[in-house]
Amino acid sequence: MIGSLPPAAVMILGALLVPLLRGRARTGWVLLLPVASLAALLSLGEGEFGQVSIFSYELTLVRIDGLSRIFGWLFHIAAFIGLIFARRGGSALEDASALVYAGAAIGAVQAGDLITLFVFWELLALSSVFLVWARGTERSYRAGIRYLIVQVGSGVILLAGIIAHARATGSVAFDHMGTETLGGKLILLGIGIKAAFPLLHNWLTDAYPEATYSGAVFLSAFTTKVAVYTLARGYAGTDLLIWVGVAMTMFPIFYAVIENDLRRVLGYSMINQIGFMVCGVGIGTEMALNGAVAHAFNDVLFKGLLFMSTGALLYRAGTTKCSELGGLYKSMPKTAGLCIVGAASISAFPLFSGFVSKSMVMAAALEQNLDVVWLFLLFASAGVLHHAGIKIPFYGFFGPDSGIRTKEAPTSMLIAMGMAAFLCVFNGTFPTLFLYPNLPYEVTYVPFTSAHVISQLQLLFFAVLAFVWLRLSDREPHELPSTNLDADWFYRRFGKGLALAAGGVASRLRDAVAARSVAAAGSAIGSARRYMGPTGVWGRTWPTGTNVIWVAILLLVFLLLYYASTPVTSVPPPP
Amino acid sequence: MASDKRDMSGQVKDRGRHYFDDPKRWKRLIAILIAVCAVVFALDIANPIIERMTGFELRHPERSWEGFPEFYAVYGFLAYTAIVYTAKLLRKGVMRDEDYYDR
Repeated sequence: MIGSLPPAAVMILGALLVPLLRGRARTGWVLLLPVASLAALLSLGEGEFGQVSIFSYELTLVRIDGLSRIFGWLFHIAAFIGLIFARRGGSALEDASALVYAGAAIGAVQAGDLITLFVFWELLALSSVFLVWARGTERSYRAGIRYLIVQVGSGVILLAGIIAHARATGSVAFDHMGTETLGGKLILLGIGIKAAFPLLHNWLTDAYPEATYSGAVFLSAFTTKVAVYTLARGYAGTDLLIWVGVAMTMFPIFYAVIENDLRRVLGYSMINQIGFMVCGVGIGTEMALNGAVAHAFNDVLFKGLLFMSTGALLYRAGTTKCSELGGLYKSMPKTAGLCIVGAASISAFPLFSGFVSKSMVMAAALEQNLDVVWLFLLFASAGVLHHAGIKIPFYGFFGPDSGIRTKEAPTSMLIAMGMAAFLCVFNGTFPTLFLYPNLPYEVTYVPFTSAHVISQLQLLFFAVLAFVWLRLSDREPHELPSTNLDADWFYRRFGKGLALAAGGVASRLRDAVAARSVAAAGSAIGSARRYMGPTGVWGRTWPTGTNVIWVAILLLVFLLLYYASTPVTSVPPPP
Repeated sequence: MASDKRDMSGQVKDRGRHYFDDPKRWKRLIAILIAVCAVVFALDIANPIIERMTGFELRHPERSWEGFPEFYAVYGFLAYTAIVYTAKLLRKGVMRDEDYYDR
């Protein structure tokens, strides 16, 4: 540990210096921080550190065990690669927010209690929104606002759940919670928003494609993977999650096929991949949890690689829309090649990383006799091949020539993509060297069996064959500039319409009330004027005689009342 | 592969031809794909023969329905086709203009 700082603090505090630095000094500083932070993490060993007592609650700032350690590794690697990628053109604002964002993710997975988790949970939202806003467009500003509302909302629900949980159990320890209690249910909902559960998912496909070209790389690495970690920690073996996960693997593949913006395709692809992890957490056996964690690890690398190659497209060609791209391999052959490595990894070709992790979740499903689940996941695997394996490289770099001619991606981007590509192949080819030994449970699964290799090759190559047939016979969906309605329609259109209609009713009501009040006030003033005005009966000057009569009448009334109030019994005579 | 050169105005000019400009290269790629498909297809047919000869099973089915020959090849091809057709159907319901939310 550097001094007595928890690892998360290294990057968060280090980010404060970033605005003061420029050029190479800034590059050196931002690349040093993840290394220093990782060193701090590795020097700690397993255990709990930084216990603080606040209001009779025991907080544990840092807990390092098998589960949190591998996520710690992952987030440091992702931050390092992303920061290299962001060297060209990235602003100090992006560097600083990326560092705070990475630090918050590391803090969240090391949190030993729910209150610490909540603090980092909100910091994730607040730091990451700048990566969307840094794009500087009207669209990104609006998308960022929507993103922030949803993310902070997730934190508020999480906090409500934590309060309910703490009241019911008297403890804020972050361990298995389950869905039996109200607190457990609310916390799951809060996590579910960040994990992009179905119908709660549109913040992701809305905001990520509007981020800067490097911002999307960071965004794809941290938020949803923190959510997967919290699910694995608190909800392993929750049956509901199996089917939530299946739904997440299924519905995005159809949207990804018809989506025009490649980075939005990757957004849907993320939900699909998180679905495999959520499903693994729901199955909850040691193999399933290992699979979920291993797949989270690999997903950050290959999805990061795909977001980097599309980010390079955005940087060089100025667009990521299929309808405007095509033939870019001519200008950017190296980026195209690295993109293909990412595509092969997510599609789970043998020797690429998806092959050794996704299959672990599927094998665990079969082991638990979840045959239908397994068939759905296999179906979704063919879907992954379509949108991520073929669509991203083909329409991004190869499709019909768009006429765009530009330069190869800058060296810093190529280095970052090269590192991610290397790790994809390394994990896919030698899973027993780093990935498997660092998983939370002992790995008994063997990925390279002839059965697994053959069946996977059959599935994938015949799916590619289907693509070729559909493409040559013009049955593939055409790439059209479009917006596809999804669950966000309910708040972006229906909710907005409802709010505007409610506003209309309120304003009409206000107008009516105002009109009536003005009329009532007007008539009150009129009648006052009629009776009290210069010519009104009360406004007249009255002669003195009239007043004398009134005073006499008053005195008479007073006298009568006095007599009436005097007791009837006679006063006793004096002695 | 020819490299792109810039003309006087700094505009990148595309000179020469690139790898996939030649339709023959696409055809060759597709031919390779079909050959690979034929090989992995043949493995399922060869599996019982190899087992009888050497006692080694290339692919031992975990479930009966997964065991029939070419299960994965057929599933991959059909799943892919089904996804494309379902997505085209979905597009009829959900597709709007690009600036739908901006208006």
